[in-house]
Amino acid sequence: MFRVEPSGLRDVLRSLRDEHGFDLLLDVTAVDRLELPDSKPRFDVVYILRPSVGSERVRVQCRPPDEDLALETVSDLWKSANWAEREVYDQYGVRFRNHPNLKRILNHKDFVGHPLRKDYDIKKQQWLSEPDDLMDEMRKLRGGAEEEESESVLLNIGPSHPAMHGALRALVDLEGETVRHTVPEIGYLHRGFEKSAEKGTYTHVIPFTDRLNYCSSVMNNIGYCRTIEKMLGIEPTARAQTIRVVLLELGRIMDHLVCVAANLVDVGALTNYWYLFNERERIYDVIEALCGARLTHCYVRIGGLAHDLHAGFEEGVEGILRELPKALGDVERLVARNRIFLDRVVGVGAISAEEAISHGFTGPCLRACGVPNDLRKDEPYYGYDGYDWNVIVGTRGDAYDRIWVRMEEMRESMRIVAQAMKKMPGGPVNVDDKRVSLPPKTEVYGNIEALMNHFMIIMEGIKPPAGECYGSIEAANGELGFFVVSDGTGKPYKVKVRPPCFYVFSAFPRLTEGGMIQDMIATLGSLNIIAGELDR
Amino acid sequence: MGLREIENLSGSGVLTTRLDAVLRWGRRNSLWPLPYGTACCAIEFMAVVASPFDLSRFGAEVVRFSPRQSDLLIVSGTIVHKQAVILRRIYAQMAEPKWVIAMGACASAGAFYDNYCTLQGIDHVIPVDIYIPGCPPRPEAVLHAVTELQRRIDAGVPPRSQRTEGSA
Ligand code: SF4
Repeated sequence: MFRVEPSGLRDVLRSLRDEHGFDLLLDVTAVDRLELPDSKPRFDVVYILRPSVGSERVRVQCRPPDEDLALETVSDLWKSANWAEREVYDQYGVRFRNHPNLKRILNHKDFVGHPLRKDYDIKKQQWLSEPDDLMDEMRKLRGGAEEEESESVLLNIGPSHPAMHGALRALVDLEGETVRHTVPEIGYLHRGFEKSAEKGTYTHVIPFTDRLNYCSSVMNNIGYCRTIEKMLGIEPTARAQTIRVVLLELGRIMDHLVCVAANLVDVGALTNYWYLFNERERIYDVIEALCGARLTHCYVRIGGLAHDLHAGFEEGVEGILRELPKALGDVERLVARNRIFLDRVVGVGAISAEEAISHGFTGPCLRACGVPNDLRKDEPYYGYDGYDWNVIVGTRGDAYDRIWVRMEEMRESMRIVAQAMKKMPGGPVNVDDKRVSLPPKTEVYGNIEALMNHFMIIMEGIKPPAGECYGSIEAANGELGFFVVSDGTGKPYKVKVRPPCFYVFSAFPRLTEGGMIQDMIATLGSLNIIAGELDR
Repeated sequence: MGLREIENLSGSGVLTTRLDAVLRWGRRNSLWPLPYGTACCAIEFMAVVASPFDLSRFGAEVVRFSPRQSDLLIVSGTIVHKQAVILRRIYAQMAEPKWVIAMGACASAGAFYDNYCTLQGIDHVIPVDIYIPGCPPRPEAVLHAVTELQRRIDAGVPPRSQRTEGSA
């Protein structure tokens, strides 16, 4: 962690990027230090960086003076900073000088105040009367020559549109069928995860994480718990780690299944949806038997798991591994050489590796550009280096590559699952650590010490030492990070999610401008934007 | 009522009530839902439409994304204030008679998002006929809601949209 003065911020960040290889700006956020010791200046802006291939990470923190609460923008150095800085402005009210478009991003245009400030009441709701027409941004893009452009037509797509996958919106300027400008708008599912996370104990946050990327809930559980365990200096037991690997990979498969199925529907290949969703159901069945829920699992705990595997888990997983390849094969036969499919996706929505990195891409979308960026290899955790599997990369960075990277990744995930099941170690699934694990019930009823211990964990919560920590995992969409600030109590002081698809979606104008309107839909599907994770 | 009986209706002199029954029969068996999916519940709605649960068994699989063509709005997911304006507009564009199902805890009451941005239940902005509990509800619960709605249509219960406050 580096602390820099506002005046030196840009130089430090630039030199980290150019001279030290930290070319990926993962996230920008702020901490409102109002209730912490040392609260002057009040806000601390945090920049998290990483090389596009490699495991190191560096955090640069800078505190803007309270009087004008502004820093220089770095959105000209990294495209990813554009939306990230807008979010900091929206949530905390810190401004960025020379930012090209510093307006709210998650909250609506009539919102007054900054909700993540500690003095903003969590229940203070504000209604919106009219949606934003986004014309301010569109006018800027059109360069003010509005009247003369008789050929161009404005089209609003979403947020309630079948192809916008729920809660996304884009205003496009069309010339015939060609997209000239795209103005995306997000925040239609901004449901206050980060503020809500500050209200309960560390354990209370787990069910909220289920609903970030709800196509693969369990991965978010693990990403969050791993970060808290890192703060506490806890390493899960060998069995818990291996179970987590199995769940992570099943989660990845579930996520990719939905993404590929929906993407294929978008380009007109409906049958594949039935094929792939049947497999998802098969995984649901196993997960449901394991934890009682189909979609929102909440199975992972800080220090381990809610409970051990059930009898029959192994057979369930065997069934998945047996049937899934058939479905993938069916889909491949239907589309791999299908002329219509290929015409719709090859060369569509392409982006170069360099640009993708500048936009903060990670995960399948970056790998599709040919960059072997994968935390499972770059920073192996849970023994990922002990499995035999490959990182799948594409070459063109187009919609076709993004779909195919996911198809192949499902096969790699199956290999990992098979190996993990085979070597599954015995032993407990929770660490033996009084700070996080509830004592066994027999003890609780039998001696006062265990009873007290149980009581403390339930009533006061788990207490990571005061400090800041960033932890991340390779989730289905890329690097899912959690930046957590602890003040030493049982409640998190701040939980910031680094949502992989937020940065991917920020490149949407770049990916669609100049293409055909129908390509926009194929492109969007291939990016796998999940609103719960995007807007939090 | 079967098709044969409908054919026999002509000339039977009791057309007004009968026609009503025909209409109800038709409406019940051809609900065209507009899935207003915004969040996690929408993924479960996808499962309801997929083969293992298969909404088409109840004649309601013709999902329409245009409010002008649909008579059943299924709101599946969290509605935040930014989205609420849009929801109200979409609802207003649907023709009568129209029904609304609130799928899941969020659409019904805001669920655990009791905070600055989340609408505490869609009935703050549009009338709701059926609420489905669950986070997310199981697909069977959604099927149950649809069949329950069909039962009401059959029984001639007017949609919430046509009832004035207090007459429920
Ligand atoms: S009810 Fe639960 S599953 Fe449904 S949208 Fe809300 S949080 Fe998601």
